[in-house]
Amino acid sequence: MNQISREEVEALYQRLYEEAEASGYHLNPDKEFTLALVEGLLVNEARYGYWACPCRLATGIKEKDLDIICPCDYRDADLLEWGTCYCGLYVSEEVLRGEQPLQPIPERRPPEGQRPQEQPARPPAVSVTQLPLPVWRCRVCGYLCAREQPPAVCPICKAKRDRFERFL
Amino acid sequence: MEAKGSVPGIHNQHHVLFYALSTCIWCKRVRQFLESKSVAFDFVYVDLLSGAEQNAAVEQVRRWNPSVSFPTLIIDGKRCIVGYRPEEIQEALGL
Ligand code: SF4
Repeated sequence: MNQISREEVEALYQRLYEEAEASGYHLNPDKEFTLALVEGLLVNEARYGYWACPCRLATGIKEKDLDIICPCDYRDADLLEWGTCYCGLYVSEEVLRGEQPLQPIPERRPPEGQRPQEQPARPPAVSVTQLPLPVWRCRVCGYLCAREQPPAVCPICKAKRDRFERFL
Repeated sequence: MEAKGSVPGIHNQHHVLFYALSTCIWCKRVRQFLESKSVAFDFVYVDLLSGAEQNAAVEQVRRWNPSVSFPTLIIDGKRCIVGYRPEEIQEALGL
């Protein structure tokens, strides 16, 4: 097992905390719990090269694991329905304030073959041929932008370019 | 961390098989719970296996839990508890 230092874990925790708060998300206030998950992200970065979700089995093949790279495609739906992401790294405002308990939640990720990255690229639902630029959608948080290519990093949730899909 | 092993305990009348991931926090909670209650169990950290051995473990988990999520606890080859559910585990083991 790769050894990750406490300093590295603390540094990433701090960065994720600031990014989350800046864009309307919240890390789990139970710091030991959250640090353990952040360490899991670093362990997965060392063994797979990306932040595979600590609580899911990754294949190590990036294209197959795309939907479970943290923040995963399921985080926002789980926050809305359960007040927490699958791991418990991100929580809702209610959980943050202690108004709702944190509980383990069911797995939302569909079985192999039905995952977002396995679907054929959808043609835009509405054809707006007049648009001067394509519109891209972040699969993690829903951020939309009209430009030639999606941004390298989602300005809202920090997901990387490969998590964007053509929307219009 | 070892990929597979057995933990001894006073409560050993049931066969408890624990499928987990080494980085998963809810798996850690289940393990702590079993240890705190002195339950004997066998564990498999599926993410620490590779190749055919990992595939075989995944297929075992899938038989009980089609979404292949972790932690998955199999008791006496009869009952499966998915996730950190201490009350359910306690009841299933008659603790
Ligand atoms: S956001 Fe998704 S990938 Fe990240 S820790 Fe939570 S459940 Fe895992």
